[in-house]
Amino acid sequence: MNGIHDMGGMHGFGPVEREENEPVFHHDWEGRVFAMRVVTPVPIPGGSRNNIETMEPLHYLQSSYYEKWLHARVKGLIDSGVLTAEELQARETLYRDRPNTPMPRLEDPERVQTVLANLRTHRSPRRDVDTQPRFDIGDPVRVRNLHPPGHTRLPRYVRGKRGEVVRFYGFQDVQDAQPPGVTAEPQAVYAVQFAARELWGETAEANSTVCIDMWESYLEPLEEQDE
Amino acid sequence: MSETHHDHAGSGSDMALRTQALESLLVEKGLITTDVIDAVVRTYEQDVGPLNGAKVVARAWTDPAYKQRLLADGTAAVAELGFSGAQGADIVVLENTPRVHNVVVCTLCSCYPWPVLGLPPAWYKSYAYRSRLVREPRTVLREFGLDLPESIEVRVWDSNSDIRYMVLPERPAGTAPLGEDELVPLVTRDAMIGTAVL
Repeated sequence: MNGIHDMGGMHGFGPVEREENEPVFHHDWEGRVFAMRVVTPVPIPGGSRNNIETMEPLHYLQSSYYEKWLHARVKGLIDSGVLTAEELQARETLYRDRPNTPMPRLEDPERVQTVLANLRTHRSPRRDVDTQPRFDIGDPVRVRNLHPPGHTRLPRYVRGKRGEVVRFYGFQDVQDAQPPGVTAEPQAVYAVQFAARELWGETAEANSTVCIDMWESYLEPLEEQDE
Repeated sequence: MSETHHDHAGSGSDMALRTQALESLLVEKGLITTDVIDAVVRTYEQDVGPLNGAKVVARAWTDPAYKQRLLADGTAAVAELGFSGAQGADIVVLENTPRVHNVVVCTLCSCYPWPVLGLPPAWYKSYAYRSRLVREPRTVLREFGLDLPESIEVRVWDSNSDIRYMVLPERPAGTAPLGEDELVPLVTRDAMIGTAVL
């Protein structure tokens, strides 16, 4: 979607502000939100990122990073039927009105070990398929001018632009939102390099390029007459 | 407008309250346990951080065969040193050279190689960094104190897929006598993102 989250190339956000000796989490609640997102075993309909990207633009801009995570998690758990908005509201009221109410506690050391072990494992995104990639390293390509309304990994600033395939990352699952009931086949993923001038015209900085990963369906071959 | 911890729609206490309410409900429903949440927070506050990546870099500087494996298959090579897991299923390591300087951003959100660098700093997730690095990388790098000559290509990597990028900085001059363990403390997080050199 052409959302507020798709920020590459935008003006107006000022200098990059950095904090010396920054803590991993600035508030205890941020760490709890992070951990709950990482370990709660509930699939989120549409995905957490979609829940963040579909926030109202003003809400998105005014929310801190972990506020967005909290918003996405709460929405996902409500959408998946795990809890209701009323339930959550009632619990907030309880802790607001009676701050000394003890938190329920559950402990299970075995589960801790399992979860920590799971966090140290991963599943490669590369899939074995019986297909050949359409493009070779070195091929000139043009990014298709796509504007999908749902989640996509194709940012606006490269659409329609000419680049060159520089790396091949095997076949990977498609992350873009699909119509209901449709499961997309894995696609070849490439790193495609763009000259800064192709992306930003005459304002481009000298001798700089941008590489970005492209699923094959984002790309079309660049015909010679286009070059 | 920046996206920092002190700049948000609700107040911090609202967020703390909502988080507390959510955790209490998820515990009651048996979906999470309190000690799991404690352990995950502790893990990312204390164990999983840029020291891991620094060890990878120091090994690559001192062991040419390792460096070759690291550049060919980052995921497998960092696993040799015991680093693997969430947000690191496919790590690609980008080598800085006298001609090319690599720097990483995620314009759409906050993708970052957790097993080797830990969780990203706030500036990496800021609207300013996400919007500007792809368009004016040299200007942004100068704000970080890094003024690269035009003879060096600045190559920005926008991390939009499941690939997670880490930069292999150039070994600083004058460190030839140092061994792997002595090199580790020289390697900074920012050098492995590409917003600094060593």
